[in-house]
Amino acid sequence: MKKRDLVIVGGGPAGMAAALTAHKEGVRDILLLERDQYLGGILNQCIHTGFGISYFKEILTGPEYAGRFVHRIRNTPAIEISLKSFVVHLTKDKVLTYITPGRMEVVQARALIMATGCREKTREMVHIPGTRPAGIFSAGLAQKLINIEGLLPGKAVVIVGSGDIGLIMARRFILEGAQVKAVIEIQKTSRGLKRNIVQCVQDFDIPLYFNHKIACIHGKDRVEKVTVCRVDDAFNEVDDSRFEIACDTVLVSVGLIPENELIEMAGVAIDHRTNSPISDAVNATSVPGIFVCGNSFKVYDLADSVTADSELCGRMAAIYLSRR
Amino acid sequence: MTKELVCIECPVGCTLSVDWQGCAVTRVSGNKCPRGEKYAVEEIQNPMRILTSAVVCEGLSLKMLPVRTDRPIPKARLTDAMQAVRAMRLRRPVRSGETIAANFLNLGVDLIATRDST
Amino acid sequence: MYDIVVIGGGAVGTAVARELSRYKLRIALLEKEEELAFGVSKSNSGIIHPGTQNAPHSLKGRLCVQGNQLVRSISRELGVDFKEVGELIVAFTLEDIARLKQIQLDAQALGVGGLQLVDRSWLWENEPNLSHKIIAALYAPTAGIISPYRWTYDLSENARRNGVEIFTRTRVDRITRAGDHFEISAAGQTYACRYLVNCAGLFADEIAAMLGIRDFTIKPRKGEEFLLDKKRQNLTNHLIFPLPSPASKGTLVIITSDGNPMIGPTAEDTDDKSDVSTSEAGLRKVITSVKRLVPAIDERDIIAYFAGARPVAGDDFIIRHEYAAAGCITVAGIQSPGLTASPAIALYVVELLRKHGLVLRRKLFFHRYRKKTVHLFSAGFDRAQRLIRKDPSYGDIVCRCEMVSAKEIREAIQRGARTLDGIKFRTRCQAGRCHGSFCTSRVMKILAEETRAPLTAISKRGPGSALVVGDRAQEPPGGAAQEGGQP
Repeated sequence: MKKRDLVIVGGGPAGMAAALTAHKEGVRDILLLERDQYLGGILNQCIHTGFGISYFKEILTGPEYAGRFVHRIRNTPAIEISLKSFVVHLTKDKVLTYITPGRMEVVQARALIMATGCREKTREMVHIPGTRPAGIFSAGLAQKLINIEGLLPGKAVVIVGSGDIGLIMARRFILEGAQVKAVIEIQKTSRGLKRNIVQCVQDFDIPLYFNHKIACIHGKDRVEKVTVCRVDDAFNEVDDSRFEIACDTVLVSVGLIPENELIEMAGVAIDHRTNSPISDAVNATSVPGIFVCGNSFKVYDLADSVTADSELCGRMAAIYLSRR
Repeated sequence: MTKELVCIECPVGCTLSVDWQGCAVTRVSGNKCPRGEKYAVEEIQNPMRILTSAVVCEGLSLKMLPVRTDRPIPKARLTDAMQAVRAMRLRRPVRSGETIAANFLNLGVDLIATRDST
Repeated sequence: MYDIVVIGGGAVGTAVARELSRYKLRIALLEKEEELAFGVSKSNSGIIHPGTQNAPHSLKGRLCVQGNQLVRSISRELGVDFKEVGELIVAFTLEDIARLKQIQLDAQALGVGGLQLVDRSWLWENEPNLSHKIIAALYAPTAGIISPYRWTYDLSENARRNGVEIFTRTRVDRITRAGDHFEISAAGQTYACRYLVNCAGLFADEIAAMLGIRDFTIKPRKGEEFLLDKKRQNLTNHLIFPLPSPASKGTLVIITSDGNPMIGPTAEDTDDKSDVSTSEAGLRKVITSVKRLVPAIDERDIIAYFAGARPVAGDDFIIRHEYAAAGCITVAGIQSPGLTASPAIALYVVELLRKHGLVLRRKLFFHRYRKKTVHLFSAGFDRAQRLIRKDPSYGDIVCRCEMVSAKEIREAIQRGARTLDGIKFRTRCQAGRCHGSFCTSRVMKILAEETRAPLTAISKRGPGSALVVGDRAQEPPGGAAQEGGQP
């Protein structure tokens, strides 16, 4: 079994920042595992602006923000990058098994940083009743289809949830020639940034319903319409408030959860309410030497905050290694 | 006249109060930085937005190359600009930051790549 | 002219077709949906029942007990994973125990072996997550689980290998009697056959009506089921049943062959055969019922839900030769334990056909075995390593939650999958906790490539269910003035 000083799982903004900082702090044997064929993670599909204002003091798009870190990593030979590398198993002794086309590798890390990001909550997690036709997408999947694959998921869209990804996608659909029929938010206010309400929803006169939820999704093969209703403070349906919106697409943007299934497998204590690791310090876990950074530690609003958090994590891992 | 605006220059999202007469802004308040004032003036006179989109590539490593205008364009022109982007095909490798279309639609801005495509 | 046409490509239809393919017969199987197993079978829970849930003299009960044995041998032949996990029917009160004893007697009369009334200490040791209010249980060790999809697909594949012609997207519109044979009009074609087996599930009554048989109707009984995260695969060690009610066997805690626990189903009579919607009320009902059995169940672990309709036609299965339409065998009302009974139903149907004049001559060579499909997630470390070395595309992981490789997806397509659901049912790709957010676009691309179809033609489950409505790369590019590429 190969041994490495530091293994980092995830080549998005968190993993890259952690790797660069750990290197700056003196770690010289770093393996960075990324499951995709590119570094950059989810930023590659976030082609809108709004990144880098606090970190670079510039307004950048997601790919530009990621690109700067990719460039730095590529110029740091001590950081070995392994793309298309998919970690399938992890033990509390920090033994990782990963699969990459053509081989399966086992590596033991002296220190491990998990920068696995987060995933979107699904329609199933918020229990939206109704049928299960084609045309129901997580906002992130729709974003990937449009921005990476050039595919348009639908022509008449209802967005559930007013988180940032949902708002950003409202504008994106409009620019791609689709209609956005409504944004439906169960809370009294949006969870998204105010600027996104302005430039993604108000700019295009999209109706935004607060205190509303989808009571039912209809359609046999493809989404045909949704039933929407008003809710009270306890999120229960208000009588006689139902109305229907015809649409062919439902976009679900109801929040994110940290992706921590690997460390859970390794026996790291996880708070099942938030899916974050339970620890007494930021970025640490209940297992010494296993660190978690970025959105897999907790979901941040901004990539810049992920970078700051992950740089701290890289430093912590370097200190941990130097003490051993 | 007075109007409330939310500044979109950065994630803080300051609520701005703008006084204006005719086409001239007389006072901006509520902004935490100078960008807010500039935004308010523009938003009243001629709202401007950066267009971000993606161009279809042919024979390159990416199918879609993300692009943006290097500076904001009039909000009213977003739809035209989008149509122009849709009609484009990119056949040569580009680096992030490279110009894809100079003086895009005669708007005085360049359309630039925001990612490498080889 | 076919000797036999089987209508309906679910678990029962494919089992019948495969059984018949042992003989020198020309056989066709017609399925109205885009792929097999897209009807009743797709929402089956995968339980292979021991025979504890049926009246002692019922056809159901008899075929269930026989099927329980047959499923094991056929699973071995076809490479379908069968796991004998055992079931516990639980008792909260002394009266419940009395009922368990009656169930035990009834089941023993049917020939169910190994039944045992177990006490609290046995339960604490063997099923620690069970409610401590449960005081005893009837343990039926012969209960098992399989994947209902893989069962159906693997049967159909083996049937095809043995000469059965399978036609999907072939909805039967009309059946006429033409002298000594039937003429079936379906999807613009006519299929002539001497014998007909109606395994049309929810639509068996409509097929029968085409032949003038109107003495039964299929009433859909909807069931909602909820799938939990694979992380909870050790929630229970057995299938957990409450005491059955007359309407249903109750809400269960189910182990599935893919590792995800499942809870449900509800039982609700409807008039709409296409109603497979889920509801908030259904969820509440299921959660309340199963928490009574296993309090550790957490609603937050639900990753998927779905509903299906059981084809109910009275209390028992209807399997008979139709004298009013000689040569037609009706197989209707195959609700639970239909999956378990399916291979026994197949034998029963073959016997009916023989009795009614079909000459059965065994083929010289029947391909009994089928090469087992590889699933990376269940392969184990050493085997996975060998597979990946042999074929690098086993190392190209497409579905992160369920660990499905590009190789398995291509194989599923080569074996007949044409839709995203078809790939999901065969490989579990898109069925995990992220619900396809990660892999959908990847699967679409592989499917488009393998079937040489445009991405806009890729669908969830056939016509009308396309995933996307436009592809920028397929739009005509603009004039030269707008073309990019000039520095």
